[in-house]
Amino acid sequence: MMDAPQIVKTQPLLMARNVSKSFGNIAALQDVSATVYPGEVLGIVGESGSGKSTFLRCLNLEEHPDQGSYTLDLPNVQGNLFDLDRYARRMLCATRIGIVYQNPHLGLLMKHSSSGNVAERLLVAGERRFNVLREKARDALDASEFPLDRMDAPPIELSGGMQQRVQLAKAIALEPALLLLDEPTTGLDVSVQALVLDTLKKLQQERKITMVIVSHDLGVIRTLSDRVMVMRRGRVVEEGLADQVFQDPQHAYTQQLVHAKL
Amino acid sequence: MTVLDVHHLTKGFTMHHLGAHMAAFDDISFLLNAGEFLLLKGQNGAGKSTLLRTLYRSYLAQSGEILFHSNHGVIDLARAADIDVTYLRRTEIGFVTQFLTARPRVSAEALVAEPLRLAGRCAEDALDEARHWLNAFGVKPALWAAYPTTFSGGEQQKVNLARTLILPPRLLFLDEPTASLDVNARAALIKRLTELKAQGTAMIGVFHHPGDVATLIDREIDLTPDSATGEDRKDVVI
Repeated sequence: MMDAPQIVKTQPLLMARNVSKSFGNIAALQDVSATVYPGEVLGIVGESGSGKSTFLRCLNLEEHPDQGSYTLDLPNVQGNLFDLDRYARRMLCATRIGIVYQNPHLGLLMKHSSSGNVAERLLVAGERRFNVLREKARDALDASEFPLDRMDAPPIELSGGMQQRVQLAKAIALEPALLLLDEPTTGLDVSVQALVLDTLKKLQQERKITMVIVSHDLGVIRTLSDRVMVMRRGRVVEEGLADQVFQDPQHAYTQQLVHAKL
Repeated sequence: MTVLDVHHLTKGFTMHHLGAHMAAFDDISFLLNAGEFLLLKGQNGAGKSTLLRTLYRSYLAQSGEILFHSNHGVIDLARAADIDVTYLRRTEIGFVTQFLTARPRVSAEALVAEPLRLAGRCAEDALDEARHWLNAFGVKPALWAAYPTTFSGGEQQKVNLARTLILPPRLLFLDEPTASLDVNARAALIKRLTELKAQGTAMIGVFHHPGDVATLIDREIDLTPDSATGEDRKDVVI
């Protein structure tokens, strides 16, 4: 166990404590805790079924855990977020949390225009002026390095990499305090994957967005994360600085995982 | 002025799949002052690089203390919170390795300017200074805007040096930085290190050819197991 922070006095943005969730008699999450500081990128690795995506869905308030607490240190956001009612949950997610899913169908209306998909986020937050909507959607698409001449094309006509950029634009349109990424580059060609990773890195540096990224791809996690959490069978088996977890893994499972990488 | 105070530091690796434990180094203690240069000696496998990585917290210490006298007070790097270590790496502790971590689609000059940008410098200033250092280490202007992923090992290493040495750290670790350098780049490195040393940067280095940095060395520690002295003072500076 490491000491409490001694130099950095900033409050963590995100604190999740002892989150547990079962599906029937399968324990998907057991006492999972995480702390993320403003501007930090936390990577979560683990194989399929480790609970990492379930945990991310809890952080996006789309999954309700059986136990645990979750707080975000933001103005006008108080208490355990798992206790919020449906309306408050929806508003909080729309305005303060952005998410990018592996499967664009989960995050986008595939037959609506790309700009419309991004603007929808802004509509939910109460923006009604057409020109403002369009301008903000354009800015977000631009920041996600989406080619603007295609902003009115529906995602269904776009490549996988472009669909992820639309999701990303939608996620950052309201400048969220927290960006959640669930296998954002899985399934993309390696070259496209590098471009999307680069965009994420750029966004992180320029906008200082706090991120939690889930992936089974260690390369992706290593490229983006400051800190890494390793999950197995619903539990956290190890966490630490990204370079330390990859270079000097302590847990038997993490050693196996790191050595299995090509 | 003390910068680093290491007590009884021990490191080994547990390899679960072999059910084995491998000792790296045992019970190392030393004191390092501002502006001092400490050379780590020992055969291959004596644990020189392992010691550097443990001090930098890329490896976890098994036992012992690494007391760093930071601008914010004394902190034990062996046990410090991750967030504190991240902060110190960005502001006070540097590590020059043999390899550049290039990123796809990031130009040499942007990579070198990055530490300044993170420290809050405006984009234009940061880029100007980055170009100054690329030039100082002998990277041709034609390459400044190119992606270092395609550079030769030697050119990559020059970019790496420019990037890691652009901000003067309080404490600097050097792991064979001269390995792939040509004569001119080596001279530029020695010049920069001499400058940093004069400004008070404390350094710990591993060099395959210590002759490269002979003028900088104040003290040596021999990590060869059973070496009687452990620490012997070559001469006293300051």
